[in-house]
Amino acid sequence: MSEYSPLWISVKTSITATFIVFFIGIYVAWFMARYKGRARGLLDGILTLPMVLPPTVVGFILLLIIGKNYPIGRLLSGFGINLIFTWIATVIAATVVAFPLMYRTCVGAFSQIDVNVINAARTLGVPEWKIFWKVAVPLAWPGIAAGTVLAFARALGEFGATIMIAGSIPGETQTIPIAIYFAVVAGETGNAIKWVILIFIISLTVMVASDKWSQKQMFLVSAARRK
Amino acid sequence: MGLDINITKKLPGFELKVNFKAENYILGFLGASGSGKSMTLRCIAGIETPDSGRIVLNGRVLFDSQKRINMPIRKRKVGFLFQNYALFPNMTVEQNIGFGLIKSISKVEKASKIKKKIIDLQLTGMEKRYPYQLSGGQQQRVALARALVVDPEILLLDEPFSALDEHLRSRMILRLMDDLKDFRGTSIFVTHNMEEAYQLCNNIIIIAGGSIDAIGQKDTIFNSPPTLYAAELTGCKNISKARKIGANIIEAIDWECRITFNYEIQGDITYIGIRAHYLESSEENEGINTFNCWVVFTSEALFRIKVYLKFSEPIGDEKKYHIMWDISKEEWELVKRNPLPLKIRINPEKVIQIK
Repeated sequence: MSEYSPLWISVKTSITATFIVFFIGIYVAWFMARYKGRARGLLDGILTLPMVLPPTVVGFILLLIIGKNYPIGRLLSGFGINLIFTWIATVIAATVVAFPLMYRTCVGAFSQIDVNVINAARTLGVPEWKIFWKVAVPLAWPGIAAGTVLAFARALGEFGATIMIAGSIPGETQTIPIAIYFAVVAGETGNAIKWVILIFIISLTVMVASDKWSQKQMFLVSAARRK
Repeated sequence: MGLDINITKKLPGFELKVNFKAENYILGFLGASGSGKSMTLRCIAGIETPDSGRIVLNGRVLFDSQKRINMPIRKRKVGFLFQNYALFPNMTVEQNIGFGLIKSISKVEKASKIKKKIIDLQLTGMEKRYPYQLSGGQQQRVALARALVVDPEILLLDEPFSALDEHLRSRMILRLMDDLKDFRGTSIFVTHNMEEAYQLCNNIIIIAGGSIDAIGQKDTIFNSPPTLYAAELTGCKNISKARKIGANIIEAIDWECRITFNYEIQGDITYIGIRAHYLESSEENEGINTFNCWVVFTSEALFRIKVYLKFSEPIGDEKKYHIMWDISKEEWELVKRNPLPLKIRINPEKVIQIK
């Protein structure tokens, strides 16, 4: 086990979670941006909940779902699938807490699109999936990009839910935030500072890079919107 | 064949109730804003769903509330020209036009169809431009090319000129007439501008408060509007309550005068009107349908002048007037020299009678 394993685990987890959140987030956001049904408020609330609930609560709920002593977890372990205290659990925790950030930002971006443009595409006989990928996503791109960065940052910083369902198994589920916590608890201040500096660098680099990038994207889209 | 529509839809403030047929010509939909004209188009396209009724296009049922048919927008074969053109801002002119061409056609065929539309709509040289690099008129032509390239069965134009500058409009109307020449389907053209409607359309529907107020051939609608609203909407500025008092005499109640016709009037008359530019200055002192008029006030436009007249002498600073006379400034300069009261003739042939 390498000394830097928390770094690799954190990066691997955040990238995987961001990847999952990206696709699920924009699809759900696209659906919700156009959904005008009665359950809108409730659905929107449920989808946003992981953002506002304490991470420990999210972790606890996830534990109830995938824990070995509960129905779904038991069913899965019947198939030989065990999620709890594995790397997959860190991904699940990061995905769930990062999802609302992606979802919220994308709903905002999609509802900014002129509905006539979407309707124009429909009158041309274009199927929905093509409208989604060729019109809606490109037009909402600055928002989608911003949501992706936020989701990545949130996934990288995830602590509470992760520790509840994935624990702190060095080399397997121990991410940087968890490593920091245990370093502090163990009185290894130097070690903690090392991880803190590292996570600082990663977060800042990602934010600065994405800012530069989204400025460029924003310019392209707003130029396209100018009359 | 053509369009056959009979729908109702509850909207805030009024109920939309339209029932008409249209067949392979340009139909104008004239009405004030918020009268339900755009909503009707959106129902035909499937963007909005009526509460009840039926829409049939060339024998295909697009919507039938009883049979629970509601064809999705993309299957309706309806071309829609949006007020703001709704071009895809992330695509070039070429890509915009070609976006709807997805059915199993070869790349070569697709390119040639796009090319043809670009030539037809005089967009040559703009293939690689983005919508934001085009003028309003060019954007409109791209939108039209995009709608026509997929061979729609009906073309719906939702106030296509409202986003254009005034000086561009008349040119764009001529151009649109030219562009639509080759289109072999029904077109519905929504506008609140009677000039545009008259220039572009063969038949006209006047819609008010969600229902059809008048429907007919454009010359009939403009020359003898069948309803009070149609008269007002087609720009008749002088309207008076009226009643028949003899076989060929109508009393204009609001104007306190009588107009004599040289034929017998059929049926009852509720209103009469005369367009502001049809009033005539008369040399004769007393004649049939010639009235003494006093000028209440005038209002100058660029080349013409609006003279507000009263059939009796105004008292003091009175601003009440009976009729408005729209006249060229040159003509007014001559008429002005005559002593008051002016002699104004109402030509009975130009009088609009509303039953």
